[in-house]
Amino acid sequence: MIKPLRDLFTHIGRFMILMGRVFAPPEKKWMYYRQTLKEIEFLGINSMGIVAIISVFIGAVITIQTSYNTESPLYPSYLLGLAVRDILLLEFSSTIVALILSGKIGSNIASELGTMRVTEQIDALEIMGVNSASYLIMPKIVAAVFFLPFLTIMSIFIGLLGGWMGGVVTGVVSSHDYIYGIQYAFIPYYITYTLIKAAIFGFIITAVSSYRGYNAYGGALQVGKNSTRAVVESSIIILITNYILTQLLLT
Amino acid sequence: MIEVQNLYKSFYNTDVLNDISVYFEEKKTNMIIGQSGSGKTVLLKCIIGLLDINSGKIFYDDVVFNKLSFKKKKEIRKNIGMVFQGGALFDSETVEQNVKFPLDMFTIMTEQQKLNRVNECLERVNIVNANSLYPAEISGGMQKRVAIARAIALYPKYLFFDEPISGLDPKTAIRIDRLIGELTRDIETTTIINTHDMNSVMEIGDKVIFLYEGKKWWEGSREEILHSDNPELNEFVFATNLAKTVRNLRKSGHS
Repeated sequence: MIKPLRDLFTHIGRFMILMGRVFAPPEKKWMYYRQTLKEIEFLGINSMGIVAIISVFIGAVITIQTSYNTESPLYPSYLLGLAVRDILLLEFSSTIVALILSGKIGSNIASELGTMRVTEQIDALEIMGVNSASYLIMPKIVAAVFFLPFLTIMSIFIGLLGGWMGGVVTGVVSSHDYIYGIQYAFIPYYITYTLIKAAIFGFIITAVSSYRGYNAYGGALQVGKNSTRAVVESSIIILITNYILTQLLLT
Repeated sequence: MIEVQNLYKSFYNTDVLNDISVYFEEKKTNMIIGQSGSGKTVLLKCIIGLLDINSGKIFYDDVVFNKLSFKKKKEIRKNIGMVFQGGALFDSETVEQNVKFPLDMFTIMTEQQKLNRVNECLERVNIVNANSLYPAEISGGMQKRVAIARAIALYPKYLFFDEPISGLDPKTAIRIDRLIGELTRDIETTTIINTHDMNSVMEIGDKVIFLYEGKKWWEGSREEILHSDNPELNEFVFATNLAKTVRNLRKSGHS
């Protein structure tokens, strides 16, 4: 019982020290700026495809599922639109998209940094006098915190579109009812809520996987292990944080 | 100049370096030799501060390097160029971007000045027409030379090489050795080379330090090394049959 707990606190401590180094003032601002743009493309723009595909299908499936499971004349069909909207806004477009991206981005970052560590590229940066933690990790965190909310917004819109297509194609809801539904009893605060969550999840994915990758000593085996750990740990932390944030922001 | 005084380093209660004191001279190629496991790489990593030491002092000119804060260490490191065993080139960047990286990071040169300096450095190590290639697309010997070009880009005062010629064929190896020797004289650096290759030692070793089981066992010049009567050193220097035969022949010839 003591050892896992001690390990946990060791990791938290080392994570904090790493973050302290990551957020030190940069040596050359425009180099960091350039890196950040690169990471936005790499981590953000390149994830748009997968987010779009997942959102359109999940949107469609939510409409159909809700319709088949609530077949009762008491429910007006426009509630399907409302269900799609609220599921996307509240959980799917922030949390589930973040979980999927933790698989894509997380393993990517952890294996990239891990390989740089074992091939001594990180040591090379250190020897040159560059704050390697800051130079390699800060642009990734900034890019994800900045871009994940955009992916979330995109996911919401595409998901709504998917829901509409799914509903209209299968004939469970008319186009008019669906569009009425997605406007019905709309709470704008949900958007704020979902964007806050997306930004925080962006931080968790990049910071946790960077920590794992940056501390991968050994060889190919360690890099592999650490990138698996990065994905598992960031997913778990996202789920726990999601629970806490929901408590804090919605109740 | 770099000086190490009474350096101790241990990992998990195993002593790796035991009371090492060495003086590395300016404008000279200082070589650390020894078997695998003798502590060469650890010594090198301690000197540049990639590893913390247990006790002792490391001087860069008159500054005690190991006592400095992270920020002050960074300042000194700007004067250090290092070539790692595997080259450690950034594999997401081209040859040109690799050499340009330290210039981007630490100078306020214009783009044109930077490019000129990059080409100057690449020419110095005899690399032409490879600017836009990626490290994975060039040979091992070229990677080493690009790494050297990157290390000298900022006119360093101290140059470190960790096994610069391991994994290279003898001809390429000698070329790299000579290049290191020339650079040391040309840009007047304090050069420290970690090697187990006796050819390199005989080629360019101005000062040689022999490590044995974590201790400084012998130190001297490359001329002295052949005539030393230290049994462990002789065992290392004349490890191959060829070398042993040559030594015996010379001995019998002299007597």
